[in-house]
Amino acid sequence: MAETQTAAPPEPEKDERVREMSRMRKALIRPELGAICGTILVFMFFLGIASDSGMFAAEGIINWGTVSAQFAIIAVGACLLMIAGEFDLSVGSMIGFSGIIIALMSVQWGFPVWFAILVAFALSLCIGALNGYLVIKTGLPSFIVTLAFLYILRGLTIFIAIATTRKTIIGGVKDVAEGDPIAWLFGGKVFSGVFVWLADLGLVGTFVAGPKAGLPVVEGIPMLMIWAIALIIFGHILLTRTRFGNWIFASGGDAQAARYVGVPVSRVKISMFMFTAFCATVFATCQVMEFGSAAADRGLLKEFEAIISVVIGGALLTGGYGSVIGAALGALIFGVVQQGLFFAGVESSLFRVFLGVILLLAVILNTYIRRMITGER
Amino acid sequence: MKKTLIALATAAIAFTGVSGSAVADGERFVLVSHAPDSDSWWNTIKNGLALAGEQVGAEVEYRNPPTGDIADMARIIEQTAASNPDGIITTLADPDVLSGPIQNAVAKGVPVIIINSGTPEQAADVGALMYVGQPEYDAGLAAGQRAKRDGVGSFLCVNHVVSNPVVGERCRGFADGLGVDLGTSMIDSGQDPAEIKNKVKAYLLANPDTEAVLTLGPTSADPTIQALQEMGKAGDIYFGTFDLGTEIVKAIKDGTIQWGIDQQPFLQAYLPVIVLANYQRYGVLPGNNINSGPGFITKDALAKVEEFAGEYR
Repeated sequence: MAETQTAAPPEPEKDERVREMSRMRKALIRPELGAICGTILVFMFFLGIASDSGMFAAEGIINWGTVSAQFAIIAVGACLLMIAGEFDLSVGSMIGFSGIIIALMSVQWGFPVWFAILVAFALSLCIGALNGYLVIKTGLPSFIVTLAFLYILRGLTIFIAIATTRKTIIGGVKDVAEGDPIAWLFGGKVFSGVFVWLADLGLVGTFVAGPKAGLPVVEGIPMLMIWAIALIIFGHILLTRTRFGNWIFASGGDAQAARYVGVPVSRVKISMFMFTAFCATVFATCQVMEFGSAAADRGLLKEFEAIISVVIGGALLTGGYGSVIGAALGALIFGVVQQGLFFAGVESSLFRVFLGVILLLAVILNTYIRRMITGER
Repeated sequence: MKKTLIALATAAIAFTGVSGSAVADGERFVLVSHAPDSDSWWNTIKNGLALAGEQVGAEVEYRNPPTGDIADMARIIEQTAASNPDGIITTLADPDVLSGPIQNAVAKGVPVIIINSGTPEQAADVGALMYVGQPEYDAGLAAGQRAKRDGVGSFLCVNHVVSNPVVGERCRGFADGLGVDLGTSMIDSGQDPAEIKNKVKAYLLANPDTEAVLTLGPTSADPTIQALQEMGKAGDIYFGTFDLGTEIVKAIKDGTIQWGIDQQPFLQAYLPVIVLANYQRYGVLPGNNINSGPGFITKDALAKVEEFAGEYR
């Protein structure tokens, strides 16, 4: 795979332009190394203080797993975009916007759900492209352009919702999504049989009351997780195994130099903005399908959570360096910490203090390991 | 570096031990709200929760989604259920999102009490033991009817949480009580006091024949009081508000505000803990839902209210 898609012509065995590097060293300078250590530390920490709280029972694992998957979905987009040298602060607003579009079209205007989903994706891809186009065309920092869209989209979302329904939460999506050909792709659960089997073995608890009595407390793996894993795999392969991946690194490293060697920097950046918007819409669609409603204030501050995951995962804020696996581990750390603190019974107002401390720790660890091993900077 | 990390981790563990709720031999009850961290009104809820926990000797915890995102709240409920508490007290801010997780908790055998948001019917639908709170629409309706009796015909509703439809129900109820169309009477004021003040001023300048102002909580009431004072309309324009706070009590006293509607958040947190503790211990349970409000608070009988506003009132 690597050979077939590399642009460079076949090279001689030894090339003076390529610096020799031992396998060991190569393995150690990976950007995600810090995140791997961080993940281990975080799990050790919570195994120590919250192992008897239900956090590591099946139900608990699904809980923090789902939250981590949510972070991961938007982090993959944010990661590739950040490696390409840009930010997107409109991710959170995009989540609210896409959700409202889906609910509005399906519940309020009576379109089939699959059509509403496709329209939401089309619209968000257009907005992503517009984001990218404006950044490229005006030369303004993406921080400013997408900050503008953070407000534009949020305001528009609230306006549309109120103007059409007088409410900011549109419910009832579950009813109209019944039997829809693609809705289950976002809101469904898979491998239910496995959990029934595990429950029979006594490894997973069962409901004791009501109509669900006897069924396992975990119904299955939510599609949200499948999406997260699929996006991580896609992003990782795109970044490390394709020519386009090299273009992403080059665009973020030194855009001008990249242009000189023929990298279509504008196209790369715009498509990454579109991919970020795509990820945000995947997030929104999963949320709408799972909960059956959309609200104008969904996704508040999610843009920062995406960026935090990416940074914990070892990507540089300045672009040109990072990894999707790292971002995914960053999302895992974030999710485990956020939910784990609840399990550990930490006073909820202190939760963000903790999160900040762990974020700082992870990034320091990251930087430290990288410097120690590579001897850079 | 490693040493530093270990030290930090140890410190963090110690920190957790200290900050975790006071350990009691009794039951563990978790209250989950939909309020963002910035909403000070919920402080009364926390006080009520803590006091009740202390009195019955149960461990109590308060949980909320930091940004007020209801979808995040659903995760918190799922996770609270996963931690096997002896009871969950939660709001039902958006039944679409929350009823699934709440039903699952009930099916796991965890008793649930719905407070604050939602209706008795919705509480019964999700299998909760009872509903403790103030039905929002009805409270707005009662307020609107009262204002109509006082001769009001038009109004401005200052909504500082436009994203929460439950709170907006108060405006709808008020409009229906007056018998007018809500139309453009409700403004999205945002949460920033200066912004709220100036938006109210701008609206009243543009619509000088507005006869009444309704605010939905201290966040919007306090700046509105200032706006009216600065415009010379304080005491002149009919002014009602939901919820109480120090400034609101002061304004009721000096006649700027005609009445405040108290839904008694203290009771919304306090009573469920008492109910759940007795339910767990002796299997006793009141047969009805509990309406903690609406109670109109006017100039008379302000002394207790004044003393405990923002704390237990």
